[in-house]
Amino acid sequence: MIEPYLRSFEAFSANGGAAAPVWARSLRLSAITRFETLGFPTTHNEDWHFTSVSPILRGAFVPLTHTSGSVTPADLDPFAFSAAGWHTLVFVNGRYHAGLSGGEALPDGVHVMPLAQAYDELPILVEQHLGKIASFDAHTFTALNTAFINDGAVIHVTQNVELARPIHLLFVSDTAAARGTSQPRNLIVVDRHAKATVIESYAGVGEHEYFTNAVTEAVIGDGATLTHLKLQRESTQAFHVGTLDVRQGRDSHLFSFSFATGGALSRTNVYTELRGEGCGATLNGLYLGDDTQHIDHQTRIEHVEPNCYSRELYKGILDGASHGVFNGKVFVHPAAQKTDGKQTNNTLLLSERAQIDTKPQLEIFADDVKCTHGATVGRLDETSLFYMKSRGINARTARELLTYAFAADVLETIELDEVRHGLEAATLRRYTERT
Amino acid sequence: MLEIHDLRATVAGKEILRGITLSVDAGSVHAVMGPNGSGKSTLAQVLAGHPAYEVTGGTVTYNGENLLAMDPEVRAQAGIFLAFQYPVEIPGVSNAYFLRAAYNEIRKARGEEEIDPMSFADLMDEKMKLVEMDDSMLTRSVNAGFSGGEKKRNEILQMAVLEPRLAILDETDSGLDIDALRIVAHGVNTLKRPTNATIVVTHYQRLLNYIVPDFVHVLAGGRIVRSGGKDLALELEAKGYDWLLEEAVA
Repeated sequence: MIEPYLRSFEAFSANGGAAAPVWARSLRLSAITRFETLGFPTTHNEDWHFTSVSPILRGAFVPLTHTSGSVTPADLDPFAFSAAGWHTLVFVNGRYHAGLSGGEALPDGVHVMPLAQAYDELPILVEQHLGKIASFDAHTFTALNTAFINDGAVIHVTQNVELARPIHLLFVSDTAAARGTSQPRNLIVVDRHAKATVIESYAGVGEHEYFTNAVTEAVIGDGATLTHLKLQRESTQAFHVGTLDVRQGRDSHLFSFSFATGGALSRTNVYTELRGEGCGATLNGLYLGDDTQHIDHQTRIEHVEPNCYSRELYKGILDGASHGVFNGKVFVHPAAQKTDGKQTNNTLLLSERAQIDTKPQLEIFADDVKCTHGATVGRLDETSLFYMKSRGINARTARELLTYAFAADVLETIELDEVRHGLEAATLRRYTERT
Repeated sequence: MLEIHDLRATVAGKEILRGITLSVDAGSVHAVMGPNGSGKSTLAQVLAGHPAYEVTGGTVTYNGENLLAMDPEVRAQAGIFLAFQYPVEIPGVSNAYFLRAAYNEIRKARGEEEIDPMSFADLMDEKMKLVEMDDSMLTRSVNAGFSGGEKKRNEILQMAVLEPRLAILDETDSGLDIDALRIVAHGVNTLKRPTNATIVVTHYQRLLNYIVPDFVHVLAGGRIVRSGGKDLALELEAKGYDWLLEEAVA
């Protein structure tokens, strides 16, 4: 099952990947070796207990090496938040597409470029961080991505720069991606006291089967803030594995939101390590499933130092025979006294056949902490339904509004107006215009 | 307007209402009082159509129609409004959206055009003044994070917007300080018309200093044990409920 990837790696090393610096080629080599040892996870693996990756293996996807020209700006409209003008890097089938990229100019002190360019222009930064954050020691998909590091975005926001507008990384797969796999690799570095918002969108143009395996590494410097919004709207036939791995410095803040509606099978990993005192991390998300979709989220928050907080709210609405998974881990290291952690997962099941496996976990090795976690799974609240009906709202509208409201509750936490409004409108349409 | 005859209802198999008979005419204010567990909140919920209560006997006729056969939303569209004792929080739906949805449903039921957002905003300006609420309440989610007083005022705001023919206030005074109580009562009094009626369900006489009833009914053990004028409320305030309960048993 791993052989096609090993063969592809040989071809890739000799060909498309040959231009990379020596250290990067060496990193890829150790990653493919680790990938070969690990193999693909089975459901015996605790991290993959509720998600079988066998559909991905059956796909026998081949690595995609060049862009297709069939994507037009109009194709991107549904994913671009209607001409918000943001600085945007577009990747088609995993490869940077200069023609579709652009948008407003960046302020001084902000560097955004595709990886190949960053090897030349930001060599020290890239070598310092790439592959240093997202460990592939135990993660097959990260090993696979690392072995095929070739393209993606590098974002560097230098000290004290507060970026007012977001940067949008838009990964689209079109018909030429069918039966193929792309391995986008991104690096975000926000220096001391800087502030940035990055949107990562994954989208399919048309309905076809492909496999996206993305990894983003992020470093948030002391006193810096990163808002990371991941919007997974892949083709419903697609497979998607996406990992965000973050390292936070002292007094830094992370707001992460994962919105997942696409893909036949998707897995999103959001990991952060709070490595300085006074950090805060908020990990929120919303998954909307239907038909036979499988949508898995795994989060891990490592409280390494004292006096940090973490907040986590993941909500899901599952219809049809869709299957959701939430596996959230909060580790509190022995030194991390005064940790304040709260983790919540709520899922609304709209059909008898929909199901959720939820596993919020706390592992606490410090004695002076305040940590809570909880999960609920349920149907629409009868009292709320009655309240709405008692105001004259008909039963169907009441159900639709409450379903929307369940999602809107967590979408409200997105500060960026265009994205919040866009996702609210899409969610409202999804649950109020069904026939 | 409303004729309740020998109404019986159970919740989870337990009989709470044991034969209530009550007649409410347009233009009148009725107070329903009684100790905890007497069934007064159940009566309010049954009239609004709460699905947890099962009507096991009796009839309720509203403007000549069988109220018990109507779904809760149909009752509301026909002009019945229940101000909840515990207003429900609906995170994710703004107060403005909720009110406009309800208002338009009720207009549709009356055969009127839906209101556009601009005209609705004007209407809200006027109604918000009545309960001394500021605009920020409209953008907040329905009752989410509201204080007890804000929730009750929000109920009266909804009542002001929906203009019911029969308003049922279920312990609207509970948990209110005197200022909030005055605002709520002022709202209710201002909305009073010769064509509509109000049923005030309350444990205490205090609210009735502000919303003066034409009739007072005392509920105990799921029955009305005494009816009278507004003076009955004062008598209850002075003497408590026990003497009535003893009389009822005797």
